[in-house]
Amino acid sequence: MDLFFFVLFATVAVLSAISVVVQRHPIASALSLVGVMASLAVLYLALGAEFVAMVQIIVYAGAVMVLFVFVIMLLNAGAEERRGRSLTAHLLGVPVLIAFLGLICYFVQREFANAGFMKFGNFTGGSAQSIGLALFTDYLLPFEITSVLILIAILGAIVLARKEMD
Amino acid sequence: MPDALAVLHNGVPISWYLMLSAVLFALGVAGFLFRRNIITVFMCIELMLNAVNLSFIAFANVHKQVSGQIFVFFVMVVAAAEAAVGLAIILTVFKNRSTLNIDEISTLKN
Repeated sequence: MDLFFFVLFATVAVLSAISVVVQRHPIASALSLVGVMASLAVLYLALGAEFVAMVQIIVYAGAVMVLFVFVIMLLNAGAEERRGRSLTAHLLGVPVLIAFLGLICYFVQREFANAGFMKFGNFTGGSAQSIGLALFTDYLLPFEITSVLILIAILGAIVLARKEMD
Repeated sequence: MPDALAVLHNGVPISWYLMLSAVLFALGVAGFLFRRNIITVFMCIELMLNAVNLSFIAFANVHKQVSGQIFVFFVMVVAAAEAAVGLAIILTVFKNRSTLNIDEISTLKN
């Protein structure tokens, strides 16, 4: 059962990711990215990260992607025009990518082949309670710094996006 | 590679999650390099961040510790902040240059 769900949602994630890269229209890429994030949320849930899975759906697939779609709509971004690339990029792009991927998979298989198995329910430490406990004891300082970061981001966004004053 | 019987009995090997993460990361890199629309490039960065998050969660499961999930939480916060500022920058660039093609936004190049 674990295997079935892993294969199903991993396939959905990879196909959606390919769709993100291949689609010419930004809005289609954005919707595919929502598909990637939703299937990753299911995989997080299977790995015992309930809280992070829900935050993934609400914050990432919800808020961040709405922001993206809103900007695409606001700028009226159309399909990307096709243009000639250099011969090197044409010939080497995909093979180099596959070589990079093969190298990573080789090292993962060599180093982490005995890292253990995921069985649903063998790790239940990802509840909101345990996340909150760790966040407000061991990770209190990073958490507080994060609030300053968010404040700076809000100010930066406002300053960048406001109308020019004469 | 663990045989099929062991997989059915023990569950999914963690290394498969890491490989899925690698595949998603490689696709993100490909999109980042090949695409010409600045919004799509930005979405590919989000895809790479998501791929890394998956490895963090997988390692949290291996070590049975919550720290990996806390890291994912912080990555999400930074990604949200980055999206807000980045999209504001994209808006400003479009307002000044009326284009989203990154080949045409090359003032710093010459």
